[in-house]
Amino acid sequence: MTVYYTKEHEWLRVEGDVAVVGITAHAANELGELVFAEARDPGTTVEQGDSVAVVESVKAASDIYAPVTGDVLAFNDALGDDAALVNRDPEGEGWIVRMTVADASQLEGLMDHATYTALVG
Amino acid sequence: MNQPLLRTPLYDLHLELGARMVPFAGYDMPVQYPAGVMAEHLHTRASAGLFDVSHMGQVRVRARSGQVADAARALEALVPADIVALKPGRQRYALFTTEDGGISDDLMVANMGDWLLLVVNAACKDADFAHVNAALADSCTVEMLSDRALIAVQGPAAEAAVASLNPKAAAMRFMDVAELDLAGVPCIVSRSGYTGEDGYEIGMDNAAASTVARALLVQPGVAPAGLGARDSLRLEAGLCLYGSDIDLTTTPVEGALEWSIQKSRKPGGARAGGYPGARIVADQLADGATRRRVGLRAEGRAPVRGGAELFADEAGQIPAGRVTSGAFGPSAGGPVAMGYVPTHLATPGTRLFAGVRGRFLPVQVAALPFVAPTFRR
Repeated sequence: MTVYYTKEHEWLRVEGDVAVVGITAHAANELGELVFAEARDPGTTVEQGDSVAVVESVKAASDIYAPVTGDVLAFNDALGDDAALVNRDPEGEGWIVRMTVADASQLEGLMDHATYTALVG
Repeated sequence: MNQPLLRTPLYDLHLELGARMVPFAGYDMPVQYPAGVMAEHLHTRASAGLFDVSHMGQVRVRARSGQVADAARALEALVPADIVALKPGRQRYALFTTEDGGISDDLMVANMGDWLLLVVNAACKDADFAHVNAALADSCTVEMLSDRALIAVQGPAAEAAVASLNPKAAAMRFMDVAELDLAGVPCIVSRSGYTGEDGYEIGMDNAAASTVARALLVQPGVAPAGLGARDSLRLEAGLCLYGSDIDLTTTPVEGALEWSIQKSRKPGGARAGGYPGARIVADQLADGATRRRVGLRAEGRAPVRGGAELFADEAGQIPAGRVTSGAFGPSAGGPVAMGYVPTHLATPGTRLFAGVRGRFLPVQVAALPFVAPTFRR
């Protein structure tokens, strides 16, 4: 299992051809306390860079972009009543979507933990 | 934007407090502090929030005759509100209207005894100054008070905080205005605000702003709050944001602001009309307008924000207006919004649908405010 990071402050934990996707603690802090989250419907195919989910704070909505091309499998239902779970545990229980990885070669373009940590300083 | 951002006298304080700064109306302003928008909003309703609103415009209008009644009469040529009957030491909400009945800004007008103090929106202050000056220069001197700052303290703990600096603040009623020394600084204090909470708006010379702000921040229960919380608070209070909820295309009647036009200025009143667009407003006061600003509560959890189109049907086929402001309301416990709907759909409880990300989410027309005000009347 490997964890990758994107420039848009998403992380993905990949096992086989399935990825669990969320936002990093850095992104969660920037956004502030979330009040709402939703994802594209299961079965939807998203291209890398398309919006796959939306999270909202008091003031604004922010898109979460698909880090790789694939099909949405599930939204983290726990966020339905408790979007702030993302803030409390952004890289664990506060995951946002599970999706397939259609093209593993796209993972090569993503960052590892060390590179991402250096990016956010 | 080519010009560097302007700074209020509290800029250094904001940085010291860890504010996240954003451009707003040409100023570098705190949108939030480390606590965050949600916490600052809730703290203001539970305790007291301190807001820097020095970016707003403060204008002194003084009649050349020396009689404030002459300044009031002159100003009535620009606003539908009754300024002549506004007593010394009192303040009232007013609108600058245009020839086609639209609104070019909303403002507060205070009778300071021998002059009028106008507080206008930051984004409109230069245009407002020019407008007032052009219309009143014959009978009045009109001066932009660029050397004055403005701080708001809002919430149930505001009275104790300000009264600690001057006990006279406690005796003030909602919309009173007085000159009071706070922390040794001469201030103009009004018991008013933009949050629906009890509180004060405090003006002082720029050089003394930091002194007053710091003196307030050490009072029990007072915490800094930024523009993010200011917006969610005013939205819950049903208060308009000029440029979003009211603008050049909305009339006072459409905007549900008839209450700001006192009887003396309405048809049949002693000084009826006489302001730009008065005939259009009079017609609408008599016959109603075709659309109206209303509150909107989302039935689900997804916030419905400004710009969303409204529909009368679930399929999104029958247009029914649009949302002009919307956010999550921390005190209301869910998404709240304001928008314009056809008047026949403006009854609270009417079910409409808001276009959000390609879906049509159910919303209900709701009476404003979403959170009950706590003014000390």
